[in-house]
Formats: sequence, C-alpha cells, structure tokens
Amino acid sequence: MIDVENLTKCYGDTVAVNAITFSVAKGEIVGLLGPNGAGKTTTMRILTCYLPADGGRATIAGKDVSEKSLAVRRCLGYLPENNPLYHDMGVVEYLRFIASIRHIPRKQINTKIREMIETCGLKPVISKNIGELSKGFCQRVGLAQALIHDPDILILDEPTVGLDPNQIVEIRELIKKIGKEKTVILSSHILPEVAATCQRIIIMNKGSIAASGTPAEMAGRTKGGNVINLVIRGPEAEVQVKLRMVRNVKEFEIAGEENGKTRFKIISSGDDDVAEELFRMAVDNNWTLSELHQESLSLEDIFQQLTIEER
Amino acid sequence: MRNIFIMFKKEFRAYFNSPVAYVFIIAFLASSNWLYFRTFFIVGQVQMRDYFFFLPWIFLVFIPAVTMRLWAEEKKMGTIEVLMTLPVRDRETVLGKFLASFCFVSITLLLSLHLPVTLSLLGNIDLGPIVGGYVGTFLLAGAYLSIGLFVSSLAENQIIAFIIAVIISFAMFIIGEDIVLLSLTDSLVPLFAFLGLGKHFSSLQRGVIDSRDIIYYLSVIFFFLFLTVRYIETRKWR
Repeated sequence: MIDVENLTKCYGDTVAVNAITFSVAKGEIVGLLGPNGAGKTTTMRILTCYLPADGGRATIAGKDVSEKSLAVRRCLGYLPENNPLYHDMGVVEYLRFIASIRHIPRKQINTKIREMIETCGLKPVISKNIGELSKGFCQRVGLAQALIHDPDILILDEPTVGLDPNQIVEIRELIKKIGKEKTVILSSHILPEVAATCQRIIIMNKGSIAASGTPAEMAGRTKGGNVINLVIRGPEAEVQVKLRMVRNVKEFEIAGEENGKTRFKIISSGDDDVAEELFRMAVDNNWTLSELHQESLSLEDIFQQLTIEER
Repeated sequence: MRNIFIMFKKEFRAYFNSPVAYVFIIAFLASSNWLYFRTFFIVGQVQMRDYFFFLPWIFLVFIPAVTMRLWAEEKKMGTIEVLMTLPVRDRETVLGKFLASFCFVSITLLLSLHLPVTLSLLGNIDLGPIVGGYVGTFLLAGAYLSIGLFVSSLAENQIIAFIIAVIISFAMFIIGEDIVLLSLTDSLVPLFAFLGLGKHFSSLQRGVIDSRDIIYYLSVIFFFLFLTVRYIETRKWR
C-alpha cells in the first residue's frame, strides 16, 4: 500500500530524512518510533504531499506522491502533528467543511457526520466551538477529520500526545478498531503506545531507520537476554563463586548490600529457566533467598540501545 | 469550481464566526459616514465626490485588516498543514480566500448605498460619477485585497501582515500621485502614473468607465493572486 524507497529530505545543511526505505502492506498498523527530531514528522509530511522529497520515491496505493499529488491526497486521511484545528469553527461545521471539500456526495454528508460523531464519541460536544473543547475532544475531532471520507490509508502524527492516561487508552482502542480495515501509519515517541497498537514497529533515529520488525522480533534482537534480580543472604565471595558455575549466567554484578543481604543483577544468556537453578543453588548451600525475579528487556531498553549513542 | 466555492464558504463564514466582521462593518460605516457628513451640510451639494476622494485612504487601513488573518492565522495555528493536504489545488484555495474577502468588503460597501439613496431624495443627482465611483471602489478594494492576501501569505504574524500590507498598498496608491511624479525624471513619469492605483481610481470616479482602467485593476488583482499561489508553493523548496 505504501512504498518508500531511498527517501531523502534536507533542510539546508541538516539531513532530516536520510535515504529510508520501507513498505507497509494493506491492513497493517505500523508505528514510526523515534526520539524527537528523528525525521518521523518529515517522513509523514512527504507521504501526505505537504513537503516534497529531495531524493528517492514514495508511492501510495501505486501513485507517486510528487506526480499524482491530488490523487494521493484523496485516498489519505491525515492527522498532522499537534492536531491543528480552526478554533472559531463549530465541531459540526468543521466536519461539514472537510466532508464537502473531500467531495462526499451532498446527500451522504449528514450521515457521514453522524457516523463520525458516533465512532469518535463526539456526541457531548456537537453544539460547541472547537476552541472550547478539551484536548481529548480536540484529538477526536482531528481523528474524525482524518476519517470522514473513509480513506484507505491513515497517517497519524503523534495521535495521543498530551492526553491523559484514560484518553490515551480510548484513542488507542479507536485506532485499533479503525486499523482492522485500514492501513495505518502512526508516529510516537512513547513506546508502550506503539507496542500496544502496532503490528510492526519502525524505529527511526537521526533520519535513518535503526530497526524494524514486530514487537516480538524486536525483543529478540537485543544484546542481552533476560535480567534477573537476586537478593540472597550468604557469604558474598562464596556466592559469587557458585554463581559463576550456574549454567546460562552470562554476567552478573553486585547491585547493593542491605543488612547482610547482597543484591545481584544477573544477565542470563539463554532462554532456560535460570531462576530455577539459582533457587536450587541457594537451597543446596542453605542460603536464604529474599528476592528472585526475572524481567525481560522491554522495548524501552531496545529503544534506548538503538537510539542513544554511547558516550 | 466546486472546491473554490467550498473554500469561499468556509472563509466567508469565518468572518462572521467572530465579532471581527461586525466590528469592521460598524467601524467602517461610522467613520466613512462621519467624514462625509462632516462637510455635507456646509458644502450643500448633492454629490459624492468627497466620499470617493477619501474612501481609498480609509481602505488603506480597513482592507489590510480584512486580509491579515487569511494566511497568517493558518500558518500560526498550523491549520495550513490540514489545508494543503486536502485534495485541493493551491490556486483554488487562494481564489476561495480572495473571493470571500472580496464578498465581505462588497457587503460593507453595499451597506453604504444609503448615501446615494438619501442624496437622490434631497435633489437631482448625477448618476454617472456615482456609478463610476462605486465601480472604481470595488476594483480598488479588489486590488488592495489581493495585495493584503499576498502579504498575509508571507507573514506568520497578523499584525506584521497588517502593517506591511498598509505600507505596500500605500506605496502602490501614491506612486501615481502628483507629489511623487513631480520628483521623478520625465522618462519615468508615464510609467509611474500608469502603475499608481490612485490615478485609475480618479478617472473612474469622474464617471468615465474606461476598459483600460478596469483591465488595469484586474491585472493588479491577478498579479498579486498569482504571487500568492507561487509563494504558497515555495514552502516546498524552502
């Protein structure tokens, strides 16, 4: 549905997007992830024909964004960054304007607006001006604007930014619902959000694609395996010796000491249950375990590994 | 055509969505009527020459106020990104905005028609100069509006858009006036006299509706609208 090939965009001397290539299949929800200034918004602006690329090609539903700009814009729904809206317009008035400029047949406009009010939960605010709305409702109006002409492809730039946790969950559900039938690209710098809504993640950093894959694939791609926290009461030196003998313990460090107990941070290399072995080790030596839990590397860690340069 | 009309409708309604439109209409009518009636009873003539004499000067301040937000606001609020990613050509948007502002100013002008009506009740009026004056006023308003629209597309701040539009409109108006022409070398005089917005207006308000004047105003309007479309496009290579 969306094909991007070697897309490049510079602002003066700064390269905002550096020869990125990716494609999105029909019906996929793809998340563009990256720190601020990674080139997410620029990429989206090129895809929506707001800005032209300096190099490379982007095609949407088989149409080149620079050659068939109007046709591309017709099949897109776009929620720009910060969700700009006309504050002195009424909610319904705005949707009516978008519907008519999107060439929805006059007879269907009212039905469509009603449908959008239903889908986006705008019922409580239909008689208000956009300027009077809370941020959550503004966001819904923005989504309704992007959805009203039933586009095949949706491009959402940070759809949940600035919302409170409840609203985030609601918008996320809404996007998931929409994503069942449509191709969606959304951007964010919040990881759990992307992990929760997207089938595929593209991590961007400094204008390039740092990694891409499903959330599960990404987790497997990281340097280490799992991290285990162990708090144990016993002679420290001896524990260290024994720890080295446990299978699949790749490395460990002492994370702290508290009333005779030592806290170890252990990184395991395999998928085997290291925790069980650690438990057995403690029992065999008659040491007391007061904490043992395993945490897998989260997307957050992956993200940091990929986007933060070592100093 | 349809897109232009939808854009026109959106912009035209935007004027009346805020109190700006009403403030504008009242302020314009009040100031122009006061200026006219101030000397009307002293002069004691049923003619509108004075009215059309100071109208361009009032327009100088009022017209940029109509156009200043048309693009500057879109840029400041970021709505330009929504607007430009809709399946609409840039020129359709520009034309829609221009027509909306023109229509708004026209309504204001039509509300001043009580003047000729009152005059015709008071005595025999010479219709020619009045019709010519109104034709000229509409055309001059169009020219000012296109200048204002262009300047608004350059600026991100409405106040700056307003001030620069006043300056450019003033310059365009004054270059054809005698005070400027006197200081020029002889070879430049005909050119400046032709380019000035004012000279064409004064021949129209004498009641001489010359196609050259009309074509002049239409080309000024076209020129600045063309510049606006071009400038809107330049966002793409900046």
